[in-house]
Amino acid sequence: MYAAIWRLLPGPVWLRFLMALLLVAGVVLVLFEWVFPMIAPYMPFYAGGAEVG
Amino acid sequence: MTERRRPSVAGRVVGVLGELLITAGIVIGLFVVWQVWWTDLQAGSVIGAELDDFDDGLPPVTDALADADKQKAGAPAPEIPEDLTAQGIPPTAFAVLHVPRWGDAERVPIAEGISLPRVLNKGFAGHYPGTGNIGQVGNFALAAHRQSWGAPFRQVDRLEVGDPLVVETTDAWYVYRVTGAEIVLPTAVEVIGPNPAEPGAEPTEAAMTLTTCHPLFSTRERYIVYSTLDYWAPRDAGVPAELGAA
Repeated sequence: MYAAIWRLLPGPVWLRFLMALLLVAGVVLVLFEWVFPMIAPYMPFYAGGAEVG
Repeated sequence: MTERRRPSVAGRVVGVLGELLITAGIVIGLFVVWQVWWTDLQAGSVIGAELDDFDDGLPPVTDALADADKQKAGAPAPEIPEDLTAQGIPPTAFAVLHVPRWGDAERVPIAEGISLPRVLNKGFAGHYPGTGNIGQVGNFALAAHRQSWGAPFRQVDRLEVGDPLVVETTDAWYVYRVTGAEIVLPTAVEVIGPNPAEPGAEPTEAAMTLTTCHPLFSTRERYIVYSTLDYWAPRDAGVPAELGAA
């Protein structure tokens, strides 16, 4: 899977490396900004209801 | 020249599966980083800006408060804004809580409402709507996170009986003293009732109750700190000694 992504990236190794880093950063951004806030309320340690922590 | 051996179909499936599992592990690790650390950073920046806003409109007070200016009765009731966060209006601090036991710089903005995503997750202490007002007979009840999301009440278990809790509004200082702490189940709603010392009875004192989660990393129980008003003073009379020499 990751090897396939690496092969699909064009250019010399340093450019591929840079693009791979950007891809990772993008995925982390999406996770932190949208995915994690969305799933946080479903965690057992997330206080719910009127009383809170 | 040797040709690389192509892995079998089964080998490739196992390879992809392995990579997916590694990815899942990394994502779970990232979630922990986000929950424990990133939410604190985000709430911290909101709160920092909010405290600056609160200070901005106010003339600085530098004098120390004289004993003669401490008053027991007739505390002014601040106007508590409505919780409009459901309409997309961000919460605003109508008061600030100082807790000297937690450190001189430790200040928590107080906003109306206890919505997790809209108030508490931004790092505010939230005032339970419908509970008492600051300095008035009844119970001014607050909720805040103890873990993540800025964790304003993270040091709640360090409070001792007699410790001052100072609420600052645009007009006055209200100095409360801790009277006790208790760990209850989340269903114990009487702790934020008008008279937490004697549930059901008419309130006779101006109380303030802090509620937060217990134990750490859990929501199984609630940690409750009770306090009652010691005295109040007009804001421009000077800074209460409890907050250290100003």
